Amino acid sequence: MRIWTVILGLCVSALAHAGLPIQHWQLANGAQVYFVESHALPMLDVSVDFPAGSAYDPAAKAGLAALTHRMLDQGAGGLSDNQIASGLADVGAQLSGRFDADRAGVTLRTLSHAEERHAALSLLTKVLDQPAFAAPVVDREKLRVIAALRESEGQPASLAARAFQSAVFANHPYAHRETGEIENVSKLTAPDLQDFYRTHYSAAGAVVALMGDITRQQADTIALQLTGALPSAAMAASTAIPPVPDLSAGVMRTIPFPAKQSQILIGQPGVARGAPDYYALYVGNYILGGGGFDSRLMNEVRQKRGLAYSVYSYFMPMQQAGAFQIGLQTRTDQTEQALQVVRQTLADFLANGVTEDELTQAKNNIIGGFPLRIDSNREILEYLAVIGFYHLPLTYLDDFPQHVAEVTAEQIKAAFARHIHPDKMVTVVVGAAVAGK
Amino acid sequence: MKRWIVTGLMCWALPAAAAVQQFQLDNGLKVIVQEDHRAPIVVSQLWYRAGSMDEFNGTTGLAHMLEHLMFKGTKAVPDGQFSKLIAAAGGRENAFTTTDYTVYFEQLQKDRLELAFKLEADRMQNLTLSADDFVKENQVVREERRMRTDDQPQARVYEDMMSVAFQEHPYRRPVIGWMNDLEHMTVDDARGWYQRWYAPNNATLVVVGDVNADVVKDLAARYFGVVPAKTLPDRKIQIEPVQTGIKRVNVKAPAKVPYLLMGYHVPVLHDAEHDWEPYALEVLAGVLDGNEAARLGRIVVREQGVATQAGASYDLVARGPGMFMLDGTPAQGKTVADLETALRAQVQSIIQNGVNPDELKRVKAQVIAANVYQRDSTFYQAMLLGEYVTDGLPVSAVADHVARVQAISAAQVQAVAQKYLIDDALTIATLDPQPLTDKQPPQLPVAGSRHLN
Repeated sequence: MRIWTVILGLCVSALAHAGLPIQHWQLANGAQVYFVESHALPMLDVSVDFPAGSAYDPAAKAGLAALTHRMLDQGAGGLSDNQIASGLADVGAQLSGRFDADRAGVTLRTLSHAEERHAALSLLTKVLDQPAFAAPVVDREKLRVIAALRESEGQPASLAARAFQSAVFANHPYAHRETGEIENVSKLTAPDLQDFYRTHYSAAGAVVALMGDITRQQADTIALQLTGALPSAAMAASTAIPPVPDLSAGVMRTIPFPAKQSQILIGQPGVARGAPDYYALYVGNYILGGGGFDSRLMNEVRQKRGLAYSVYSYFMPMQQAGAFQIGLQTRTDQTEQALQVVRQTLADFLANGVTEDELTQAKNNIIGGFPLRIDSNREILEYLAVIGFYHLPLTYLDDFPQHVAEVTAEQIKAAFARHIHPDKMVTVVVGAAVAGK
Repeated sequence: MKRWIVTGLMCWALPAAAAVQQFQLDNGLKVIVQEDHRAPIVVSQLWYRAGSMDEFNGTTGLAHMLEHLMFKGTKAVPDGQFSKLIAAAGGRENAFTTTDYTVYFEQLQKDRLELAFKLEADRMQNLTLSADDFVKENQVVREERRMRTDDQPQARVYEDMMSVAFQEHPYRRPVIGWMNDLEHMTVDDARGWYQRWYAPNNATLVVVGDVNADVVKDLAARYFGVVPAKTLPDRKIQIEPVQTGIKRVNVKAPAKVPYLLMGYHVPVLHDAEHDWEPYALEVLAGVLDGNEAARLGRIVVREQGVATQAGASYDLVARGPGMFMLDGTPAQGKTVADLETALRAQVQSIIQNGVNPDELKRVKAQVIAANVYQRDSTFYQAMLLGEYVTDGLPVSAVADHVARVQAISAAQVQAVAQKYLIDDALTIATLDPQPLTDKQPPQLPVAGSRHLN
C-alpha cells in the first residue's frame, strides 16, 4: 500500500506481516497520540477526542455535553466566532466536530505547508484550550439547538429514532437524545458549560490522532501544542459509563403520524467495543441485514416483495453496549406485512443460523473489501481515533481480516443466541396507527 | 482507438499529480483514466448520458427506473448475480440517476477491475428486462419516492420550486418521477429507454486508482469494444423562455418548522475557455455561504437571528440551465417573509456594494485547498471527470478550475449579481407547516403486538 511512506515501509519489512504503521505514544500530560505518516499529499488531518459525550450529561441537564462541544469554536482565546471561522477559511482549513454518546471530538483538515498549517493549528489550539462560553453566544446557540430539536419533532424518522433510543436504553445514560431535550437545553447556562468543560476536557482523557504530511517529531510538537493548556486532570470527572441492562420485556411503541410510509425500528441493546462475540456478530449481521443485496432482510423485504426501498440491520458497539437495530420504511398499509416478514426473517436466522455459502460470501466481501476501508487519509484518521479512544490494539486493523476469516457458522448462531432475544425486542412504528397500543 | 490525448492535471501545490488520459473506442465509448497509486484500489464509473431531462411527459422517472432494472440480470448474469459477484470480489457497487446522467460504479481491489468491465459491458447490451422484475422493482421505486420526497417536506418544496421555476425545460420534472407516472409505467417503457440510450457511443467510462492506463485501455477495448454502437435519437434543444416576473409557490405539509427556498435562473459553463460568469457565480455563492464566517451565517443567522440556518448554492456544471439557490429556516418568532427579506437584503448588498477583497481572497484560498483535499478521494476525482465530460466539457476544465476561479475579480462577482440575481428571474417556494395530527391514517392491526405492552 503505497499510501504509507517509504520509511515506514522499511519498518514493515522487518515485521512478520505488512500492516498499517501506526505510531503511538503518550505525552507527559497523559494525552494519547496516534500517528500515521504519509507524504503522498500536501495535507494533514488531525482529530482530538474526549470522553465527553452525551452519556456524561448530568441528570436534568440532557444536552449539556452537546452544547459544550458545539460552543468550542464559537469564541475562544480572545477571538470571536467570526474571527475563528474566517481565520480558518483564510488558509483553506476545515474544522468540524463529531459527537455521540461516548465521544466529543474536533477534527481539522489543513494544507501541510508551514504557513497554512501553523495558522490552522494555532486556531485549533485556542478552540480546544480556551473556549470562551460567552453568555450571549450561549443563549444564541441554545435557540438554534432548540429550533433543531423542534424541527426534528415534525420528522417521522427522528421521532422513531428517539422513541427507539429511549425504549432500548430505558434509564441508562444512552437513553436520551445526544442534543438533549428542549426543556433541559433551555435551562442551560454559561457556567454549566464552563463546569462541564473543566471536568471533561482534560489532557489525560484526550486522544490525538494525526494522519498526513508531517514527521513524527512534528506530530509530537503538534500534539503537545494542542493539549498543553487543557483543563487540569485534577478536576476531571469519572469517565465510567454503567453497563447497559438487558430489557426485561418486549416493548411496542406506536406513534401516529400523517405520512405515506411507516418508519419501523426493531432492536435491543447489542454489544460493547471489544466484546468477544463482536466478529461473529459482525459477520453474522452482514448475512442478516448488513450486507446490502447479500443480506436476507434485503432479499425478503425488498427483492422478493418490493415492500421497502431500504432495509438494514447493524450493531453499534459503544463503550458500553450500543444498539442492535433493524430499520425500514414501508407504505403505511403494508406495515403489518413488513413487520411479519422482518420478524420471520430474524426468527429463521436465530433458529437455523447461516449457511456455509452465505458465510463464504460474507467473508469474501468483508476481507476482500478491506483495502477499501483504508484507502484515504480521512478513513485512516477515523480508525486511529477509534483505536485510541476505545483502547483497541494497535494491530486492530491488521488483525481484522484474520478475525473475520476465523468466524464459523456455529459461532454466529451461538453469539446471536447470547445477545439477541426476540421475546424482549423493542419495536417502534411511526406512521400507521397500529393496534395494540 | 480514434485518439489518444494526454491532458496535464498538474495543479498548484500538488506533487507528481498523474496525468489524466483519455481515449475513445471505435464504437464511440469514451474512456478516461487517472492513475492514483496511493492505495491498491480502483474505482470504475460508467456514465450514460441519459437522465431525467431526456424523458418525455407521462413517463417521468424512467431513467431512474431503468437504473434499478440494470441490476435485474442478463442471460449470462441472472437476477441478483451482478451484486453477488462484485460483493464476492470484495467490491462495492451502486448507481445513481440525476437530471443529466445515469452512473453505475464499482470500487474494488486494483486487480479486480476486469470483473467490473466484464459485467458492465454485458449489461450494456444484454439486459433481460422481464415483466415480473419490472412489477416488483416498480414497487420498490414507489417506496423510494415516498421515502425521499413524499414524506420529506423540504424535498417537496424543492420539487415544487423546480416545477414552477422551469416552464419548458425538463428540469421541471423530478428525477424520481411523479407518482402517477410511476404507477402507469410499463416494462415496455423501460425496454424503450434501454434501447434508446444504452450504447457505448452514449457513455463515458471513468477509471481512477492504482492502475496502469495502458492496461485499462486494453481491458476496455476487450470488453466494451465488442458492443455495437447505436444511432442515437435526436436530442431536441430545449431552451427555457426568459422568466418575466417573480414566481411563488407554497407547499403545505405536516412539519414543525417552515422553510424557504429561492432560485434565480443563471448560466452554467458551456465554453470552458471563455466563459467567466459561472466562475464568478461560484465565488458569489462562496462569499454568501462558503464558510462559517460567510455573510449568510454571520449576518442572517448569528447577528440578525432571523434564521437558524441559511445557505447558498450553485453548480457551474450541468447539461441544462443553471440555478443559483438560497435557502433557510426561519428562527422561532420569524416568518418565511422575514427570512425572504433578509436574504434578499444580502443579495442587494452585493449588487450595490460588491464584495470586499478579504472575502474574495478567502473564497479563493478555500478553492485552492479543496483542490488538494479532493485528491484524498478516488471516487470524488472520478465524479468530477465524469460529470464534466458527460455535461459536454473538456477534461482539461477540471484542472483549469482553480486557475479560472483565481482570475475572478470583485467587479466580476458584483457584475453577475447585478445581471442575474434579479426579481424577474426569481422563484420563491415556501413550506407552510401543517399540524401533525389533523389526518390520522386508518387503524391497522399489527400481528404480534397484542401480547406486548
